[in-house]
Amino acid sequence: MTFLAKPAAFILCLLPGAYLAYAVYLAFSGGENLLGPDPAQFLSLETGEWAIRLLILSLAITPLRYLLNWPYAFRFRRMIGLFAYFYVCMHLLVFLMFLLQWQWGAIGREIAERPFITIGFAGFVLLTLLALTSFNAAQRKLGRSWKRLHRLTYAASILGVMHVIWIVRSSYFDAVLYGSLVLLLLGYRLLRKYSEAVRKFSILG
Amino acid sequence: MIIKTRKEIPSSEITPESVYRERRKFLKTGAKAAFGVAGAGLLSSAASAQTGDALFARAPADINLASKPDWLVEKAAMRTDAPASGPFNTDEELTPFEDVTAYNNFYEFGTGKDDPARNARDFSIDPWTVEVNGEANKTGTYTLEDILKPHTFEERVFRLRCVEAWSMVIPWVGFSLGDLLKRFEPNGDANYVQFDTLVDSDQMSAQRSRFATIDWPYQEGLRMDEAMNPLATIATGLYDDILPAQNGAPLRLVVPWKYGFKSIKSIVAIRFTKNMPNNTWRDLQASEYGFYANVNPQVSHPRWSQASERRLPTSLFNPRRIDTMMFNGYADEVASMYANMDLRRFY
Repeated sequence: MTFLAKPAAFILCLLPGAYLAYAVYLAFSGGENLLGPDPAQFLSLETGEWAIRLLILSLAITPLRYLLNWPYAFRFRRMIGLFAYFYVCMHLLVFLMFLLQWQWGAIGREIAERPFITIGFAGFVLLTLLALTSFNAAQRKLGRSWKRLHRLTYAASILGVMHVIWIVRSSYFDAVLYGSLVLLLLGYRLLRKYSEAVRKFSILG
Repeated sequence: MIIKTRKEIPSSEITPESVYRERRKFLKTGAKAAFGVAGAGLLSSAASAQTGDALFARAPADINLASKPDWLVEKAAMRTDAPASGPFNTDEELTPFEDVTAYNNFYEFGTGKDDPARNARDFSIDPWTVEVNGEANKTGTYTLEDILKPHTFEERVFRLRCVEAWSMVIPWVGFSLGDLLKRFEPNGDANYVQFDTLVDSDQMSAQRSRFATIDWPYQEGLRMDEAMNPLATIATGLYDDILPAQNGAPLRLVVPWKYGFKSIKSIVAIRFTKNMPNNTWRDLQASEYGFYANVNPQVSHPRWSQASERRLPTSLFNPRRIDTMMFNGYADEVASMYANMDLRRFY
């Protein structure tokens, strides 16, 4: 059954996007309005939420692999990371196309003047680097530095959480949820690194 | 999982705005001509022939409320029409009832725009009291009937501009706030007036949340001259009906030249103060939200450019982005109140 796991995960990751695409299709074909009175805002919110959820999920793969002793988990990591990037791209596309209608002057101003957009955009740039170097060939070519480069995921997830914190209005819920998950997942890595160092040291000593 | 499905109202049941306006005109001329006697029967048959079922699409029982006080429904139905021109009306297309009542910021009922409509279904406004205190002679606790009975309700069509850079055009039912405040005889020390929204975590689910940023009750305030400006409105209804819960039943403020968050909903307290009172968003984030919160396209908000707005409902083909007007287009009526103020400082 394990050969089905990857396609199943692929479909799960795609589902929210497929639903939104269907809703957009209905909107353009004059069908039922699933997007509400402010569709651009709705799409922006939904794509953004899924981007950060999947980004956090991609960060959870390594801890899951070790805590559950489940090496197979690594097979999902790249796919989930790329899906996070896919939703980030959709998020940005909705913003540029539907909210700002490709008014380049306004786009430049928004990115420069609104700190939460500046941060979000920086996260997008980082993830673009990572997506472009996610393929096997790039991995081989970059060798050891690939791993270092891809630690930028940590920075991207922190930028993502800051982006969420910055738009808190009446509830801390999302900020607390995503923020504590990222803290937990990055904290786990620090702890592991620290305990490994201690172990090495004690062997040497 | 945040995929939200919207309970869709079949398009056949939505009253087009043109029908609403025509019907108002028709009812009015009909009532005038026949003084509501022969007119009524003639009227309803003619109107239903003209518009079919759409005429009855907004059955009064449909709105979110546990019950509707008869006297209030009657008063809302008796309201006078908005004048043809002037600040109490506009030629702009009305935002459909379905959107006005489905897309709300009412954080007592949740953070999402569609949360209030979903979470306020059985909101009770009966009984309802308003406590009046502070710098006035006639303080005390008043019932909703005490508060509203002496006033004649009018239709007032205003633009509503949210600080989040979207806007609507809403036909409210209500009357000038000043007329209400005068009845409490504010004294010489009443420089400001503050309002509280209901705190009732049994009914208002988000007030139970541990993650709420707002220290309930939600509060807003106005300077006395602002409150006495005829445009400052106590709204008790919208379109043909009394206010649904998600729009601030049974009474709310509508201050059309200010960002929407000033227009506090479901008011239970009115307080006359000597000093500038707290207002919720300024307390939370003074660098972003001020006391005055006048609509001002020249003063940018850290999160949203205020130079333009999206007039709802938008669509993906047509975002309906329009330029925001100074004081939301009500400069003639209100600008003089701020003549000597630096509006960049007092945002």
